[in-house]
Amino acid sequence: MVITVFAVCALTFFLMNVIPGGTAELILKHTFVGLEESATEEQLNQISSRYNLDDPLYIQFFRWLKSAVSGEGIGVSYVYKKPVLYLLALRLPATIELAGASMAIAVLVGISLGIYSALRENKVSDQILRVVTLFGVSMPGFWIALLLIIIFSLKLKLIPVAEYGGLENLLLPAAALSLHSMAAIMRVTRTSMLETLGQEYIRFAKAKGLSIGKIISRHAFKNAMLPVVTVIGFQMGSLLGGTIVIEQIFAWPGIGSLLVNSIYARDLPVVQGCVLAIVIMFLLVNFLVDILYTYLDPRIRYG
Amino acid sequence: MNNVFLERFRRAHFLPQPGKYGSELVQRVFQRKDMLFALVSIAFFLGVALFAPLLSPYDPNKIDLQHKNLGPSQGHLLGTDYLGRDLLSRILIGARTSLSISLGVVVLSLFVGISIGCLAGYYGGFVDESVSRVIDIFLAFPGIIFALAIMGVLGTGIFHMMLALSIVQWAKYARLMRVQVLSLKKQEFVLSAVTSGAGDFHIIRKHIVPNAIAPLLVLATIDVGHVILSIATLSFLGIGLPTNVPEWGAMLSAGKEFMRTAPLQTVFPGIAITFIVVVFSILGDGVRDILDPNHEGGEMY
Repeated sequence: MVITVFAVCALTFFLMNVIPGGTAELILKHTFVGLEESATEEQLNQISSRYNLDDPLYIQFFRWLKSAVSGEGIGVSYVYKKPVLYLLALRLPATIELAGASMAIAVLVGISLGIYSALRENKVSDQILRVVTLFGVSMPGFWIALLLIIIFSLKLKLIPVAEYGGLENLLLPAAALSLHSMAAIMRVTRTSMLETLGQEYIRFAKAKGLSIGKIISRHAFKNAMLPVVTVIGFQMGSLLGGTIVIEQIFAWPGIGSLLVNSIYARDLPVVQGCVLAIVIMFLLVNFLVDILYTYLDPRIRYG
Repeated sequence: MNNVFLERFRRAHFLPQPGKYGSELVQRVFQRKDMLFALVSIAFFLGVALFAPLLSPYDPNKIDLQHKNLGPSQGHLLGTDYLGRDLLSRILIGARTSLSISLGVVVLSLFVGISIGCLAGYYGGFVDESVSRVIDIFLAFPGIIFALAIMGVLGTGIFHMMLALSIVQWAKYARLMRVQVLSLKKQEFVLSAVTSGAGDFHIIRKHIVPNAIAPLLVLATIDVGHVILSIATLSFLGIGLPTNVPEWGAMLSAGKEFMRTAPLQTVFPGIAITFIVVVFSILGDGVRDILDPNHEGGEMY
């Protein structure tokens, strides 16, 4: 994982520093807003030497890496003139709140509906749920968000649009964000549960006269959860990607909206910081998923 | 028992008989109503995309400020947007944008993924080690964020968007191809080709790729829908296509400013996106059932 983080750092760093036009010019534009035309070659050189932009790229990268590892920071924003780490720390709680709430909804609802759907295989309710999930994974999250705003905020006037703070403000963004993952988790839970319920030991448990609730909770659940946990790890990626759009729509002060606004402003150090923060969150979640995996299936530890 | 054996025998002799392969495939597709529906819808969308300029009643970029933000009516079947542009025409032309970009991305990343996956799987050793590392790194990024960062560096444009999405997509195919090649490499027919002195390129082209490609095609079919979603997401954020290219995501983003007065503008393009993605998902699931029956039910995306 350390190697992956290093490689991701390197990749984003080089990506951000091979921009057409050059970094110096970009800094210049942000320094002399409105006066870009009058900037001279001399000023360009001045900026280049101040930020050591004339050094070869790999030396710049190692300098950047050194300051990142030693905790001095990962660059300074061109626009806000603040350290990127500071900006990230300001924005991180909102994103974690949104992503965490959505993931919780997606996991809880997805798994319970998936089990329900598996138990009623091919009955009407199962068919309906399957069609709903098909649409759930196919609808763009931002469209769901817009529809929710139209219905709940504009027509029914139940929830105010685009505020941050209270629990009721979290409701719409989290619902819009979670739908895709919920549908995906539900589909996998259903298939995996059906497969598990077809096993011999479940038949034995039934023959023993155990109630269906007990069979599910004691025998089937843990065994059926393996593929679900994998998908939850995958879904975390799409969820973090989704936060970007959802935050933009609901004016949610998280990393996603910071990322998008920094891309508009071509504030590359911040873009880089945001991408890094999101990737590291994603890697951490997948690391946790791996640990959970060995807990669910001890065979993996020894295999 | 007899049946399983027969099935396996037939599959072993599947590919050397192209005529039979084709007819079998077509037969099985026609047995499934959902796939027929999906195929017909895709044909419909492709037709719309090809003939969009003929079908659309208005010029999709013609600005008519006197008739802006109209609801559906006789003149404008789906109404107009904030610049008085006909929504139906823009949605029709938008089909062309979405389909052409996503097909381009899928074909490009399929090609790159197959080549790199073959390279890693077939030659093994150091090549495999290093290529697999690179693949892992690319897969470590959540796709849309990586694409967003690349677009941020490159700037908007149709070609840039194709490039950014392909850079994100190819690694999936490469990983899958590599695994396929690794298992094929040890099979008798490849070994016999090696012993009879066939060149590497010949073996890869004639023996490995045709036998390894089925799961990749399944993935590609499902991916078309996902790429369309990514395109819509990027252009919704305004980091995608130039403003004069009609695109569903961008239309939604423009419509959201007028949600209070003209909410239907944010409904129709979304229906178009949802429908096309649903259709490609159905097709992908069906193709997987037919081509890759041993796949263990997990839907992983």
